[in-house]
Amino acid sequence: MAAEKKEEKVKKIVVPKQQVSFGTYMRRYWQLYALLALPLIYLLVFKYVPMAYVQIAFKKYMIGKNVWTMPWANNHGFQYFIEAFQKPAFLKALRNTLLLNFLDLLLGFPMPIIFALILNELPFKGFKKCVQTIAYMPHFLSWVIIGSLSLQLFAKDSGMVNMLVTSLGGKPIPFLTENMPWVFTYVGWGIWQSFGWNSIVYLAAIAGISPDLYEAAAMDGAGRFQKMWHITLPSLKPTIVVLLIMNLGYIMGGGMERPMALGNRLVSDYSEVIATYVYNAGIKGSQFSLTTAVGLFQSVIGIILILSANFVSRKLGERGIW
Amino acid sequence: MKVKSRQAVVGDWIFVIVCVIVSLLCVLPMVNLLAKSLSGSYALVRNEVYLLPKGLNFDAYVQVFQNSKYVWSFVWTVILTVICTFVSLTMTTLCAYPLIFEKLKGRNVINVFITITMFFNAGTIPNYLLMRSLGLLDNPLVLIIPSCLSVYNMIIMRSFFYGIPDSLRESAEIDGASFFQILIKIYVPLSKPVLATLALFYAVGRWNGYGDALMYIKEEKLYPLQLYLFNIINSMNKMEVATNEGFTTPGLGAAMKAAVVMFSTVPILCIYPWLQRFFIQGVTLGAVKE
Repeated sequence: MAAEKKEEKVKKIVVPKQQVSFGTYMRRYWQLYALLALPLIYLLVFKYVPMAYVQIAFKKYMIGKNVWTMPWANNHGFQYFIEAFQKPAFLKALRNTLLLNFLDLLLGFPMPIIFALILNELPFKGFKKCVQTIAYMPHFLSWVIIGSLSLQLFAKDSGMVNMLVTSLGGKPIPFLTENMPWVFTYVGWGIWQSFGWNSIVYLAAIAGISPDLYEAAAMDGAGRFQKMWHITLPSLKPTIVVLLIMNLGYIMGGGMERPMALGNRLVSDYSEVIATYVYNAGIKGSQFSLTTAVGLFQSVIGIILILSANFVSRKLGERGIW
Repeated sequence: MKVKSRQAVVGDWIFVIVCVIVSLLCVLPMVNLLAKSLSGSYALVRNEVYLLPKGLNFDAYVQVFQNSKYVWSFVWTVILTVICTFVSLTMTTLCAYPLIFEKLKGRNVINVFITITMFFNAGTIPNYLLMRSLGLLDNPLVLIIPSCLSVYNMIIMRSFFYGIPDSLRESAEIDGASFFQILIKIYVPLSKPVLATLALFYAVGRWNGYGDALMYIKEEKLYPLQLYLFNIINSMNKMEVATNEGFTTPGLGAAMKAAVVMFSTVPILCIYPWLQRFFIQGVTLGAVKE
């Protein structure tokens, strides 16, 4: 924001007030508007029209009626929000969403940072590149594929890991069939899929640190870990804060592809999240008003979270995301 | 450079070993899958396959190729991915390019209009109802149009465009080139790295996505590959589905499943290492602009 203001000021100084008539301006610039037309129409239709549909959350959905003319719901329109919070299935989905996303953040967020720090210490350039390429690979696999890998590795009798465990005389671990082990399997696959990819940003930030700092520290006799702790990590702080804010905004979010691909009926008490609840109750069950309300609740909480995280980080003297 | 102390060398090797372990963790699941897809049914039923195939044979792959439903799904997804990538790149360029002109009137309003869509998502059901009222349910276009512009990717491209010196386009403007000509003759040729990156992002997104198809597509012929796989894997425990899908030989099921998954992953695994230099740049650009 500040940068943009500055830009405007600069522009004002460079270009003295130059009155160009609207016609002349358009004759010159119409092409740019023509190029923008398609994307803007796209956003209008596919992003803004659904926003108008959001009012279904406050109305009684009726087939064949226009969104604007549907009757308002009871309780000043909040009927469906109240109903949602009385449904055990929704409350369970809400708890699972928060639990899974919180564990993702807690266990998954530090991984790319640690990985970037480790990569930075590798002595051979070629080897480093090789490790990077391999670590980016899981990011390119779909959740369906990962779900299938999960079965291949962790199934009770035919999974490789449990085969190993039993052949060593242990009892098979119920990775996929019991609630708590499954939760950690879910989080583990999330880390597996994203740690390499997410390290890219940190590696770029590390590459931007001036080598002078390290040399000066080496002069002062700093060891490897002291350099990491006193130079690399502080230089990464702004990046870490920005990504943390963004991730906090996602703590109520999350799509349905991952829980659907990794989950199964035995652990549905923990694999049912808001996204899958909306899919099942809304699209399959046609409870449109109720699930629109749930979706709206989710979006609004997401925005509130991201705004307040940004606010707090700025209060603490960090650069926010805007 | 002074010679490294012994302690530092030992430290180096510890990091090397950690990285080797991490790499193995990334690769071994795929190796296990590959081994299973190449193993004989006898070894699979007896749970004897770890990282090397036992009773090496290619029956599972032959069966995959003979399954016309799978082959069609694969071909259809290739077509879909190519179209999607092309359309999305075009839309992204069309959106990013005009926004770099400071003289563009209403630029701030347009920027706000675009940014709002990044923060507020109407949700699954409003989107679904929109598709329904546009008549896009069970229409192949629903797999292309609704995801054809990602604002995040647009910002990456715009940051890249900002990095191209203004003087280039200003001199072209003086020479009388139209804005469209400047885009085609100057910006697009100079933007190959970012175009390659975003092409990869869009292509991977389409190739790997199945949520939209799950919601919007009922017609089996239009199933993209991942939805097809999702259905197979999810219902594999029920044998009757396996028979319905034409996977009849008992015991071959596990190898078959592994082969199908393996085969669906290979295209992307072959492409991404070559684009690594580009997508690193792309991700970094996006992060800096945020």
